[in-house]
Amino acid sequence: MNDLIVTNNLSKEFGSFVAVDRVTLRVEAGEVLVLLGPNGAGKTTTIRMLASILNPTRGWARIAGYDVSREPENVRRSLGLLTEHHGLYTRMRALDYLAFFGQTYGLKAEESRQRAQRLVEQFGISQKISLRLGEYSKGMRQKLALARALLHDPPVLLLDEPTSAMDPASALKVQASIANLRSSKRAVIVCTHNLTEAEVLADRIAIICCGRIVARGTLTELKKDFLGDCIMELRLAQSVDGVLRHLPTDLCLLERGADWVRYKVSNPESENPKVLKAMAEANVPVVTLAEVPRSLEEIYLKVVENNGKKRRIVA
Amino acid sequence: MNQNTNSFSDLFRGAWIVAYREIRDQLRDWRIITPILVLTLLFPILMEITAKRAVSFVNRYGASLIADRLIPFLLLVVGFFPISISLVIALESFAGERERHSLEPLLATPLTDGQLYLGKMLASMLAPLMGAFFGIFVYLIVLIIEIGWEVPLLLIVQVVLLTTAQALVMVSGAVVISSQATSVRSANLLASFVIIPVAMLVIGESMIMFWANYNALWLILAALIILATILSRMGLHLFNREYLLGREIDSLNLKWAGQHFWETFIRGAKSIPDWYHTLFKRTIPQLKYSMLFMAVALTSAFFIGSNMASKFILPKDVLQLKNLDSNLMSQLADLGIVGTRGWLWVFWNNVRATGLATLLGIFSFGIAAVILLMIPIGIIGYFSGNVILAGQDVMLFLGGLVFPHAVVEVPAAILCGAVVLNIGLAMISPSKGCTLGESFVSALAEWARVVVGLILPLLMIAAAIEVFITPRIAIILLSGN
Repeated sequence: MNDLIVTNNLSKEFGSFVAVDRVTLRVEAGEVLVLLGPNGAGKTTTIRMLASILNPTRGWARIAGYDVSREPENVRRSLGLLTEHHGLYTRMRALDYLAFFGQTYGLKAEESRQRAQRLVEQFGISQKISLRLGEYSKGMRQKLALARALLHDPPVLLLDEPTSAMDPASALKVQASIANLRSSKRAVIVCTHNLTEAEVLADRIAIICCGRIVARGTLTELKKDFLGDCIMELRLAQSVDGVLRHLPTDLCLLERGADWVRYKVSNPESENPKVLKAMAEANVPVVTLAEVPRSLEEIYLKVVENNGKKRRIVA
Repeated sequence: MNQNTNSFSDLFRGAWIVAYREIRDQLRDWRIITPILVLTLLFPILMEITAKRAVSFVNRYGASLIADRLIPFLLLVVGFFPISISLVIALESFAGERERHSLEPLLATPLTDGQLYLGKMLASMLAPLMGAFFGIFVYLIVLIIEIGWEVPLLLIVQVVLLTTAQALVMVSGAVVISSQATSVRSANLLASFVIIPVAMLVIGESMIMFWANYNALWLILAALIILATILSRMGLHLFNREYLLGREIDSLNLKWAGQHFWETFIRGAKSIPDWYHTLFKRTIPQLKYSMLFMAVALTSAFFIGSNMASKFILPKDVLQLKNLDSNLMSQLADLGIVGTRGWLWVFWNNVRATGLATLLGIFSFGIAAVILLMIPIGIIGYFSGNVILAGQDVMLFLGGLVFPHAVVEVPAAILCGAVVLNIGLAMISPSKGCTLGESFVSALAEWARVVVGLILPLLMIAAAIEVFITPRIAIILLSGN
């Protein structure tokens, strides 16, 4: 295991307010973890603690092996941070801006220039480098901020609300850019409350609510944990009448239509081939066999709602 | 600080990265450049016209001295106006970046706190300071050409150094404010803490310029450098990435402040003896170095005062101690300085002095309090010196008029100075993990403990001795009755 981000009971309190409560995470190289949660859930505070900007009240965290409390400069050198607000210096031009940040990371001028050039080309802003950053569109600004975070080729990337307040087209472009950042050497945490973005980007998802991690796992694991077994839809080229008797007897049928049937299955890898085999043996032409899509939204709402109820009961 | 960045060269390298970017940004901003250019190029010419007219006006009435003094003063003014812009830039340094959301990416870089802080200071100071130097240069050229002024080189060095020191003080103070404020607006509102003292400083400097005691300017320069060092240290100590980003609103939490003050004041004591026990066990030992400093300061004040006696000699007949009237008590009674009324008057006077020392001390990190408390001791030293010069017995003077109540009053002054210095120190370097507010409220509570528990009782006793006992001892010792 090559865990580049490790936290253990990481907590942050502001006076009596608990912003982050015992967050324990592991993100290994090559993995993208999406930290999903509503506004004020503690995502940004977690990210700021990981970036050694805020000091944890309790617990610890390591970034690329460096402790966030004891080795802040090494931690910051090992990570790229995309903040929720791009925070660009609007009077500067893209290459000057990246050169400035290159200097802060101790990059040599020539190396910094080459990397900056490569990044502006990679993110499709090379045509706009003569403009001042104040003249950039929101999407371009966010891409440049992403380039800033990647300039020193850090092993850890922390992306806080990378597409917040962006129009759908720009958001898609930035999401595509982030998706391209996957690397076997890099661990990425993306904070968002955008469910589509989470589905697109995540290898694993951790749902944070009121400062606590309330659910975690891959999308499949979360679906299974919170929505139960997956539901398959078998669509035929003929009526389902008279066909059902050919299906495996232990199959849990849920509903049917004229030419389709839906069933629940705990282990689709072993059950679905049996279904297809049965149809083939009965000479029933199959059009499709697919999982009925269940969105992350359902899981998210369920988790957040449950957590809200628990909180109310405790209160 | 990381071992990679612990050397001075690394500190300045990192600071210069921050400063260079900001200075380039400033040079692109017409709102900063225009006033600097106007103050650098037009203002010196305006000053020269003013100087020429003023010189010709005062010469008409034979007051050429004023003209001689006006030109060096205007030199200082020409340098001061461009550096005033550094205050605006410095106030905006952290608070402005915070508002524009560009602070967080900067805080996420490996730059150390020292590099960021020094970088902001350099960025705020360099462009206005260059403008000030250029303005002084332009003014000098115009003076040389127009009125053939002979340039006193030492004065120019003094003005250049004073201008730099003033910029340093303003910027170090303003950067502290900016790093503690949550918005540019709140930083601007707090700027009066810098503007008012600097305005008073400029008035003081102009008086010295007209007085033409240019050597006094070196003292001001030294004081400014010390103040800038204190402010910079304070700013760096208070610099906290968490504080810069973590706070969203400036709110005055009076409930918390009152509670914290009371908890520190009481310190868990359950009775008055218990409270005094914590006062002597915890508070007083914390003040030992400040008390030692005060003792040294007051002793120095006495000797400085006695030294002044040889420069400002009093007439001998004023100091004939033996001539003290045996009716002194009744004379004092006529003036209302005996009896309970007299005691209350003396006590109230000393309480006011304590209050004033505290108030001034809060705004000067304790320094003004020390100076204020040194003055009466200096005056006693001055009179003692004159008593010696008049051939009188100084021990008789001190023993008869000073020692009886000074034995109680001086310890009260030492305690007062020490506890006000403690407030200053708490502001310059708050305890680890404490905010400036927490540290200030704690120090204020410690001040209240010492004032209520020791200073006020001591002043009451001292006033009683001064009113009821000292005059009697004076009569016995000095008049021989």
